[in-house]
Amino acid sequence: MLSVKRITKVFNPGTVIENIVLKDLSLSLEAGDFVTLIGGNGSGKSTLLNCIAGVYPVEAGAIIIDGVDVTKFREPKRAAILGRVFQEPMLGTASNMGIEENLALALRRGQRRGLKWGISNKEREKYRELLTTLELGLENRLSTKVGLLSGGQRQALTLLMATLKEPKLLLLDEHTAALDPKTAQKVLEMSDLIVREHDLTTLMVTHNMRDAIQYGNRLIMMHEGRIILDIRGEEKKNLAVEDLLRRFGNASGEEFVDSDALLA
Amino acid sequence: MTIGVYITYRILNIADLTVEGSITTGAAIAAVSITHGINPYLSVLFALFGGMAAGLITALLHVKLKIPALLSGILTMIALYSVNLRIMGKSNIPLLRVNTVYTVMENLGLSRQTAVMILGLIVVLGFVGILYWFFGTEIGCAIRATGNNPQMVRAQGINTNTMISIGLIISNGLVAVSGALIAQYQSFADIQMGIGSIVIGLASVIIGEVLFGKRSFFSRLVGLALGAITYRIIITLVLQLGMSPNDLKLFTAITVAVALSLPVFRSYLIPIKASTTRESSNAQRKKNNKGV
Ligand SMILES: Nc1ncnc2c1ncn2[C@@H]1O[C@H](COP(=O)(O)OP(=O)(O)OP(=O)(O)O)[C@@H](O)[C@H]1O
Ligand SMILES: [Mg+2]
Repeated sequence: MLSVKRITKVFNPGTVIENIVLKDLSLSLEAGDFVTLIGGNGSGKSTLLNCIAGVYPVEAGAIIIDGVDVTKFREPKRAAILGRVFQEPMLGTASNMGIEENLALALRRGQRRGLKWGISNKEREKYRELLTTLELGLENRLSTKVGLLSGGQRQALTLLMATLKEPKLLLLDEHTAALDPKTAQKVLEMSDLIVREHDLTTLMVTHNMRDAIQYGNRLIMMHEGRIILDIRGEEKKNLAVEDLLRRFGNASGEEFVDSDALLA
Repeated sequence: MTIGVYITYRILNIADLTVEGSITTGAAIAAVSITHGINPYLSVLFALFGGMAAGLITALLHVKLKIPALLSGILTMIALYSVNLRIMGKSNIPLLRVNTVYTVMENLGLSRQTAVMILGLIVVLGFVGILYWFFGTEIGCAIRATGNNPQMVRAQGINTNTMISIGLIISNGLVAVSGALIAQYQSFADIQMGIGSIVIGLASVIIGEVLFGKRSFFSRLVGLALGAITYRIIITLVLQLGMSPNDLKLFTAITVAVALSLPVFRSYLIPIKASTTRESSNAQRKKNNKGV
């Protein structure tokens, strides 16, 4: 479904602050793969997701989604087939607009927008039903401004928006990191449910090793712009956090430094 | 005009200085057309196109050449000064003893005052209606979201550059129309008439929001119109109270400065923790840049 072929991403090339963030990185996801991605701060996880989504162009390599070479596509064009949830709850929604207006924007992801009315009544019913499944009481507050929602509610809504029009690939970048542990757990379970229900190909960044092991069918670890571990299937199921730390040490020759992950 | 300023300032989150030029462009086009014997209503239509073209220039400078929005507006504004002079041929065109949109109505037996009021009302209601409809459409929603959170909008597959451009084109078109109407009302077009219009526009926007609330989009639009009228009334009052007309712009500027800084003063009194989208995206960027 996703094929990242030997991409290189350099920030500020040719300057003193030149920073090679992704180094000749390749990654391939089968349809239906739910891959968790871990790695220390600054290892390039977000950059990888942003390159896949077209936020940044890559200096070398190719990105192919569902057989289409999207390397040259700009961000809005790629968005047609991608669903994304960001770390910062503010980023995924338009806070001055209502819940239903946000959902309506998401429903039309990748479509030409014309002079038709922005929301139809039929849609509203659908939104109400979907919001009911979130069990956050949002179904009766369709016109409430999203800015008034809590971080967790916003992330749940963003998740719904990202999957409202079924994406070929779902990119979750630490989308529970800004939430309190209980809410984070809830949003994570919700994500897992949605992903499995629609059998979505998913790439999820997390700082929590336990979550990374528990969810998905494959685990990838990044270090300094490279993928240094790729664990799948049975082997992943039986993994323990300690194994992960040890294998990180073997693969990178360093001790794992990620304050968030150790605390988790 | 207020509505035009509102579109860029509140909806797109840009203070667009193009309006200072495009209001005069509208007046100039209308004045020249009318003195050439063109139907005054048609002249307003021409003014609309002229203003839209000005908006397009600013949009191109901003989204294609990546010049900051404020500077793009200033550049177009300056350029328009010369363009307007070219259109007008001189710095002032009187519109006496010619047919204007108002005289057409006066001929129907209305007094000048009523003609202005009725036409003003029709235009304002017309625009409020059209804009309410437009910003409720798919494109309109996308434009509103663009001013609110461009990152999210791109993630929804919308080209934010296109949306900003459409917004700038519409707003400057509207501003030019108001320029055309003002010129016909005051019976002249003057090269200087645009100066300070952005501030007057902002003043009206803010008064509208403070007095008439910002609940629904519709009430906001109506509030804008009322805000502009209130602004006029306030100005008339302070003039009657003996303020020199020369001090008027200073007075307006101070009013707007105070109104814009109200949130700051308020936050001294009541600490608010809600941060705006822009702050948080800055925070996000900082986080990304912090490195290992
Ligand atoms: N827009 C940018 N411009 C310049 N450098 C950037 C930019 N975005 C990221 N970087 C740099 O790229 C490197 C990798 O950042 P990235 O955000 O991908 O890391 P990450 O693995 O997501 O880390 P974290 O766990 O902290 O989210 C960092 O050194 C960062 O400073
Ligand atoms: Mg990151």
